Amino acid sequence: MKIKLTFWRVVFLVIMALGLYSTYVRYLHGLGAVSNMTDQFPWGFWIGFDCLCGVMLAAGGFCMVGAVYLFNVESLHSVVRPAVLTAFLGYLLFTVGLLFDLGRPWFIWHQLIYMNPHSVMFEVGFCVMTYTTVLFFEFLPNVFERLNLKTPIKWIHKIYPVLIVLGILLSTLHQSSLGSLYLIMPSKLHPFWYSPALPFFFFGSAVAVGLAMTIFESTQSAKALGRHLELSVLVRLGGALLIALWVNALLRFEDFFHRGLVRQIIQPSYEAYFLWLELALSFLIPITLLSFKKVRLSPNGLYLASVISLFGFITNRLNVSLIGFETYVGHHYVPKWTEFSVTLMIVAMGFALFRVAVQYLPIFPNDDLAVRRVSNGHSPVALTAPVLGHAGD
Amino acid sequence: MGKALLYDATLCIGCKQCEQACATQNNLPYNDSIAAEEVPSAHKFTAVLTHGDKFMRRLCMHCENPACASVCPVGAFHKTKEGPVVYDVWKCIGCRYCMAACPFSTPKYEWGSLNPRVRKCVMCPDRVSAGKQTACAEICPTGATKFGERDDLIREAQDRLRQNPSAYVPRIYGVHEIGGTSVFILASVNVEEFGYPASAKIGETPLPEYTGRVMERIPDFIPVWSLVLGGIYWISHRRAEVAAAEAEEKKNGSAR
Repeated sequence: MKIKLTFWRVVFLVIMALGLYSTYVRYLHGLGAVSNMTDQFPWGFWIGFDCLCGVMLAAGGFCMVGAVYLFNVESLHSVVRPAVLTAFLGYLLFTVGLLFDLGRPWFIWHQLIYMNPHSVMFEVGFCVMTYTTVLFFEFLPNVFERLNLKTPIKWIHKIYPVLIVLGILLSTLHQSSLGSLYLIMPSKLHPFWYSPALPFFFFGSAVAVGLAMTIFESTQSAKALGRHLELSVLVRLGGALLIALWVNALLRFEDFFHRGLVRQIIQPSYEAYFLWLELALSFLIPITLLSFKKVRLSPNGLYLASVISLFGFITNRLNVSLIGFETYVGHHYVPKWTEFSVTLMIVAMGFALFRVAVQYLPIFPNDDLAVRRVSNGHSPVALTAPVLGHAGD
Repeated sequence: MGKALLYDATLCIGCKQCEQACATQNNLPYNDSIAAEEVPSAHKFTAVLTHGDKFMRRLCMHCENPACASVCPVGAFHKTKEGPVVYDVWKCIGCRYCMAACPFSTPKYEWGSLNPRVRKCVMCPDRVSAGKQTACAEICPTGATKFGERDDLIREAQDRLRQNPSAYVPRIYGVHEIGGTSVFILASVNVEEFGYPASAKIGETPLPEYTGRVMERIPDFIPVWSLVLGGIYWISHRRAEVAAAEAEEKKNGSAR
């Protein structure tokens, strides 16, 4: 079997090689050698991106399961499976990221025996663990279908209502709790981002991101796999995204107003620049774009608005977890290249696994798998998706 | 009754014997270069800071309601009934939430270690439970660091402020801050100049309360939200069933 070296495969290999080097530094020389974290900055890029953004970007799973199975919106049926797959992979990779960030990852199982119910971190850990299990069961039918196992599919269908309710309940809890993590730091986190409403913001933005991420990932995989894209589905998601962005924006501004920060926000300062960037990317630009009917009805327009809002919410998570602490600490934190490279490796693994999964499993509807596999004959493992270009998001 | 430490900076002569005793007590290295370090770290649990002719000690404040203990997912920190806030290294998974949450940024990390620990002053818990003073209080030649009952020390600090008002900034740092600590500081200058967080900034509310307000809702939230979600599921699927049945009926009707 011949494997052709394409541009993206080379990029993928370089990312993996650098990532493996950083992994070696992490586990054989310690956190101090691999990262720029310090006693003043105990939480760095891995918490900010891999954990906060990772879980947020996996929100499409519960959003689409909620829309299709809970509210019974039949028309969105075609996006549930890819959304659940993305979420399942997202949570698995979040766990991988955690194994890098924890100082003593070999004791991660202590979560199960030394529980501290007062700890938000405990709650997040517990919910993420349970929800990953739920996602596993929501994902399993793909495998059973592929193997033509009818009986286990029936079993899973029997427990489906429980899985759906449990999945959404757990998502509500831990998506919001990631915001609650910061409630105990009122004197450290900059007032632009410290708010008693943090859990609401984190949950609200997770819903918006779930919608945006679904648009992004359906468009992207349609392009990569040469599939036909159902415009009606994207249009519905885009409409929902516009509403979600409005709700989020109003909540945020009401909170600024309520806490008397309006004047401070419009004055230029280090924090204000980052806040402006965040608000422009997450609200101003995508809401403006989506307000035009022309954009709302065009696949490219929807894609663009979604990606911009994704960048906006990623900026928000990084502001909350990193930028918001710089004034308190008194110096800047810039991640070391090895920190980026570990994250990049994890994201690249996500794209590759997604690619392999859609190759072998009936993730997309009406796909004749057998035909597709015969016709392109490549080893799917080597077929790194061209979407890797977005791995550094 | 809880024990505490009273540090009176006006009595301190900056001899750093407390640093040395602390290092000995905790099996930490101590030499001239470590003595010159003016920040507590993973290898130095207490530090004496010098600004001109003024001195200040930094150490864990041993909060009455400690943030580190409340945030730790595995309960590696807890406040003993005698007063010290102690750490169980075996439980620790290394998430460093304690470091992020501590308003005094007390816990430090062994960044260079492959099996790192969180390090901080633990107020000599073995000595305290054996009825002895902490190592730093025992060695202090001037009585600047004094060990005793928490209530007694507050009363004593108040007496000192009353008897010699011109020598002190009129407050006892640690009595009200974030709901009270077990380390009190008297000084002739503001402790903020030595890196302690301003009282107004950290407030008087015990930090775990900020989280508690949300966490205490969860036991009610779970059943209510499950019922709502289950209800939505039932209604939306029931509607689909009814619609399907009606369509079926119509079809049968028209066929007839």
